[in-house]
Amino acid sequence: MLEILSVWIAGGLTLCIFSFLYGDNPVYKFAEHLYVGFSAAYWLIYVWHFTIKQMVINPIAARDPGAWMLIIPLFFGFLMLSRWLPEKYSWISRWSIAFTVGIGAGLVTIGQIQGLLLPQLRATILPLATGKWTTNINNFIIIIGTTTTLTYFYFSRKDTGIMSRFSRIGIAFIMIALGAAFGYTVMARVSLLIGRMVFILGNWFHIVKPL
Amino acid sequence: MKKRVPLLITFITGFIVIVSFFVPHRPFGALETETLIWYSIILGFTLLIGVDSLVRLHTRQIRRKKKGWWYSIVFFAGFFYCLTIGIISLIRTPNPFQPGTVFFYGYETILIPLQSTMFALLAFFVASASYRAFRARNLDATLLLITAVIVMIGRVPAGHKLWTRLPGIANWVFDVLQMGPMRGIMIGVALGAVAMSLRLILGIERTYLS
Repeated sequence: MLEILSVWIAGGLTLCIFSFLYGDNPVYKFAEHLYVGFSAAYWLIYVWHFTIKQMVINPIAARDPGAWMLIIPLFFGFLMLSRWLPEKYSWISRWSIAFTVGIGAGLVTIGQIQGLLLPQLRATILPLATGKWTTNINNFIIIIGTTTTLTYFYFSRKDTGIMSRFSRIGIAFIMIALGAAFGYTVMARVSLLIGRMVFILGNWFHIVKPL
Repeated sequence: MKKRVPLLITFITGFIVIVSFFVPHRPFGALETETLIWYSIILGFTLLIGVDSLVRLHTRQIRRKKKGWWYSIVFFAGFFYCLTIGIISLIRTPNPFQPGTVFFYGYETILIPLQSTMFALLAFFVASASYRAFRARNLDATLLLITAVIVMIGRVPAGHKLWTRLPGIANWVFDVLQMGPMRGIMIGVALGAVAMSLRLILGIERTYLS
């Protein structure tokens, strides 16, 4: 019984959202506000369970050796709540923002160099004489694609002469990459749409076989 | 106090995180992982501010009986329903996110269909946008159009039926042709992110304080 009720609620809400295709209407707005309200509370529960309980309460309760260091994030966390105070005191929240910005900037500096920049550069340094002509051509295309794209984004020099020709090839490569990314995004969205349609026609109306 | 202390805090924390990567010994060694936990804890507090702002907005809507105020009641209904089942599940079970709890039931019945339909809805808008954008007016637009069509058709069974080599071409486009420019873009993004982070740590970029 509970399962049937669940399918009817989920199916009804799915149709409420799809009603937007007809235009903005009260049914869609109902589902939209329900979504915002539900997800706000969902994230509160999520943060309580996975962050506050598991990262703060449990280590303190278990008297972990490094638990005392949690004073630092808790201190800055409570300072963040100073935004609720009158304007005279609310500027204190800047300290917390500065703390998170500092951590974020530090992590990004290391993470981007180690996780993105160096691996991408390393992966682009490819051999052009592997003994297999198809691999050679593919590697050549990848190298040309990377260098010409970077040339297009190099704004420190005037785009004339050989630079201009390189960046022109770069634009063509970028268009190909954007086309592929667009195609992939459309596929992902259509896949979600098929999922919802199968749910409505299969699980709810039993017209097609449910997945 | 209002400007200098935050700048100093950003500099010290950013510097410590970077140093902890280069000095893998105590007291810096585990600091990288530790700071990630700290980051999550502080973000948890910011969520409280976000939810509070949302609740205040909808309370104001109801109090002033603004146009469409009854949608704010729907917001509160969804909010308190989820909060209640979440608290009940937190009390009853060690993990409210596991299947079988009343919270998971609500998540599966309300949040998943709403969320996935919202994203699925975009398929229609992407289709209408692409109809307008995909006009082969010049070489660049033609390249974009051809690549997108190859990727879309080549990755479905119909593409294989149409031409058996099409899936192979789609894979080649993905593995080779778009790989170079994507790498170029990612290298650019990484360089930009590092430059911006250094500007923040060194106090050159101060917009977050305004």
